Amino acid sequence: MADFNYTAKDFKSENEVRWCPGCGDYAIMNSVQRTMAEMGIPHEKFAVISGIGCSSRFPYYMSTFGFHTIHGRATAIASGVKTANPDLNVWVITGDGDSLAIGGNHFIHLVRRNINLNLILFNNKIYGLTKGQYSPTSDRGVITKTSPFGTVEDPFVPGQLVLGASGTFFARAVDSNVKHTQQVLKEAAQHEGTSVVEVLQNCVIFNDGIHEQIADPKFRNERQLFLEHGKPMVFGNENEKGLVFDKGKMKVVTIGEDGYTLDDVLVHDAKTADPTLHLALINMCLPDFPVAMGVVRSVEAPVYDQEVVRQIEEVQATRKISKVDELLRSGNTWEVNEPTSSDPIPFFQKKCTLQQD
Amino acid sequence: MKDAKIIELEEVAIRFSGDSGDGMQLTGTLFSDASALFGNDISTFPDYPSEIRAPQGTVGGVSGFQVQFGQKQINTPGDYAHVLIAMNPAAVKANAKFMNPGGTIIFDVDSFNQKNLEKAAFKTEDPFTECDLVDYVKIPVPITSLTRESLKDYGMDNKSVLRSKNMFALGLVCWMFGRPLDYIEGYLKKKFAKKPLVVETNLKVLHDGYNYGMNMQHMTPRYMVHAAAIERGTYRNINGNQATAWGFLAAAEKSGLNLFQGSYPITPATDILTALAARKDLGVKTFQAEDEIAGICTAIGAAFAGNLAITTTSGPGLALKAEALGLSVMAELPLVVVNVQRGGPSTGLPTKTEQSDLLQTLYGRNGESPVVVIAASTPSDCFYYAFLSAKIAVERMVPVVLLTDGFLGNGSEPWRVPSMDELPEIKPRLAKSKDTFKPYKRDEETLSREWAVPGMEGFQHRVGGLEKNINGGVSHDPENHQANTIYRAEKVERVVEMLPKLEVCGDESGDLLVVSWGGTYGHTLSAVREMKMEGKSVSLAHFNFIKPLPKNTEEVFSRFKKIVVCELNMGQFSAYLRDKLPGFTYHQVNKVKGLPFTVLELKQNFNKLLED
Ligand SMILES: Cc1ncc(C[n+]2csc(CCOP(=O)(O)OP(=O)(O)O)c2C)c(N)n1
Ligand code: SF4
Repeated sequence: MADFNYTAKDFKSENEVRWCPGCGDYAIMNSVQRTMAEMGIPHEKFAVISGIGCSSRFPYYMSTFGFHTIHGRATAIASGVKTANPDLNVWVITGDGDSLAIGGNHFIHLVRRNINLNLILFNNKIYGLTKGQYSPTSDRGVITKTSPFGTVEDPFVPGQLVLGASGTFFARAVDSNVKHTQQVLKEAAQHEGTSVVEVLQNCVIFNDGIHEQIADPKFRNERQLFLEHGKPMVFGNENEKGLVFDKGKMKVVTIGEDGYTLDDVLVHDAKTADPTLHLALINMCLPDFPVAMGVVRSVEAPVYDQEVVRQIEEVQATRKISKVDELLRSGNTWEVNEPTSSDPIPFFQKKCTLQQD
Repeated sequence: MKDAKIIELEEVAIRFSGDSGDGMQLTGTLFSDASALFGNDISTFPDYPSEIRAPQGTVGGVSGFQVQFGQKQINTPGDYAHVLIAMNPAAVKANAKFMNPGGTIIFDVDSFNQKNLEKAAFKTEDPFTECDLVDYVKIPVPITSLTRESLKDYGMDNKSVLRSKNMFALGLVCWMFGRPLDYIEGYLKKKFAKKPLVVETNLKVLHDGYNYGMNMQHMTPRYMVHAAAIERGTYRNINGNQATAWGFLAAAEKSGLNLFQGSYPITPATDILTALAARKDLGVKTFQAEDEIAGICTAIGAAFAGNLAITTTSGPGLALKAEALGLSVMAELPLVVVNVQRGGPSTGLPTKTEQSDLLQTLYGRNGESPVVVIAASTPSDCFYYAFLSAKIAVERMVPVVLLTDGFLGNGSEPWRVPSMDELPEIKPRLAKSKDTFKPYKRDEETLSREWAVPGMEGFQHRVGGLEKNINGGVSHDPENHQANTIYRAEKVERVVEMLPKLEVCGDESGDLLVVSWGGTYGHTLSAVREMKMEGKSVSLAHFNFIKPLPKNTEEVFSRFKKIVVCELNMGQFSAYLRDKLPGFTYHQVNKVKGLPFTVLELKQNFNKLLED
């Protein structure tokens, strides 16, 4: 790996950052820039693609190649970028409205195809850019400008969608926890396939404190469970609590009580193909459970862009046609070379045939 | 035995017609290929039912294939068929209106029973009289029972036997037109190489059909059509969709770019995707997206990443792509969008042809959103217009929409295969100097920006759908938006320098100028040619370049007393011309029946205009 000695600063562009003061987007960008600086990949190999929304202004602030596209379609455009040039390191920046409402279709199909890119879903449970309408991740009953009497619809849980679409990588982080986010992003970057990282992001203007119950550093140890592959799933200020799986259900136990020891606590296996426990982790929510943070799932599976290249190479290894000239003359062709026939005229010089009549 | 009647013709149109399960498309294609190999010029037009599972034997389930071939240049599949092969009564009903007066109808008499007559909704037992086909040569042939007889020793099940009926019909028609069977035999042997029984039985039935014609000479007329005099070279049959796909392959090779197609299946455009998906040997990447929006978006992503990017679709699909097409206008990325037009609006007539997406293509997006618009005119020239669309897109950093239609896409004709040396160079506008590069800096002459793609060291920049300043920064500056709006429009107009001038077919000036565009070329040309031979002062100006219009358009129009615009819509091109060149009076001939023009109806309209 070449050493570029980058720092996060090297990934800042000349453009002035225009998010509201205090917006969670700043912290996430900070995490991304630090992660990229440590990847040992030259600037120009990064392509950052976004849709529309506050978060999607992101590419302008990065000194990489960037494409701020249209609402909901960043996933599709990024799929084209990565498939066209698998050498690139592609990042998709998207909001909950962008990827799960208007772009829901492209989102699940990106995940299903397992294209090797990293997607960061900024989940502030609200539409920021259009000034505070509910989003597909807003809780039932929530009051916003477009739901003055409360919504009457249930939210998507992003991780469920990822698993439902046979996703290979899903992780969760909190915007303000830069160190942890960075660690998660690093694992996402290393994963081959579509990595979806949901970041709980605070919108100070339209949804301030929406994740506070979870995110508040004061309660972090009690309310967040930091997953690590191969490690027992424990949490609490003294790591005194743990998860066990009992009669098909997740259960919180206190180590040393009711006969439970550390050995009874489930060990996190992010790499198992079976999604059962991953789904259970994704579904955990306050107040009965801590919220699962970190890499929930990271499994190996064929990667779309690599498969496309592999198939082309395979076909080319035994090909009969390697040039367009050969293609044009392949199959059912016949020769005309009779005394009455004339010399061919290239199409681009052809004149109307009526003149000769 | 009496000698067969021999009819000598310059051109003949045959229509094969039957239930969609009868294999008429294959029969028609094989016959066309055999005729092309024999040295005829040909033009074909498949006519599919739009419902895949229309009940057997009903008019809705009739599948047809018309081929016209001849010794001179053939421009159309023929207005009317000289010969109809009807596998059932529904085929007669569906095709009566496409018959040449006094033509020949060969029909499978076995299938003309009570049940089938009812299915085709005939009221009497005489379908021919009911369809006004009294003065026609009608040849009843017991195709079903003869096929059964022919295969009786093979112990095949009834369904398989009936499936071979089309070979009997094909053999009979080959005899009528003096076509040798060797090409068809070769095809069957190759196609079913792994199923020797299928080869054997098909060949048996084919020969029995041919011999039946020979033995029944007293009742079957024979036709003579001589070979055409054409340019020397290598020829093949090609349909418009395949030609389009191959044109892009040629453009990729010439430009040194990788070809990427992002598309979603839709009739009648799907075959372009099919044709390119098969070309992994040439390194093409095809992406079957989840919908049309993703189709164009993946292509835009590929263009951003430096590929020759295309997306292909048909009417409703173009509607879905509108927003993303606007993005490529704004991001000034090279992209080719192919729209194989079909009957609209909405899902309209999915398997029929029309030219009614022109205004959608020109104007159907939010904001001032100009794109280059090109239209191909014959199945084989789709190759060249696809090639040219790609050249314009990558040399001028502009989206190009290529319009073809169902008639061109599915229709086929023999094509002299060019060599790659005959095609023009393509030089993509790849950025050269990172010291002077600015994302939206424009070339003075063409107004196009440079293409710097991810991976090019030192060229990092941002593009997107928001209005930009020259450095790629977002700009809401009113002066900047006005200036860029004009630049983007002018950039499209300056493409005119790459285009040939509008040509006049026929006399350079005169009484009537026929104006047409896209896939109606063959019909308008034939009509004009026939009227010229009748001594009328009629010429043709056919448009392949719609935006921008050829430089000399106004000058050409001014040399004629009357102008008539012919198109398969209610007057979209004429509306556009009235807007662009308001100084003329535009008469119109319009048709929206899901069918091409007939030469006859065009001539009638033109004659009327000459008399008025
Ligand atoms: C086709 C289209 N429809 C609607 C919009 C308006 N729009 C812009 S952003 C947005 C919602 C963004 O919400 P989210 O993805 O959660 O991003 P945030 O602003 O919260 O970061 C909407 C509805 C648009 N730009 N384009
Ligand atoms: S509106 Fe909310 S999401 Fe948007 S920039 Fe402001 S704080 Fe951030």
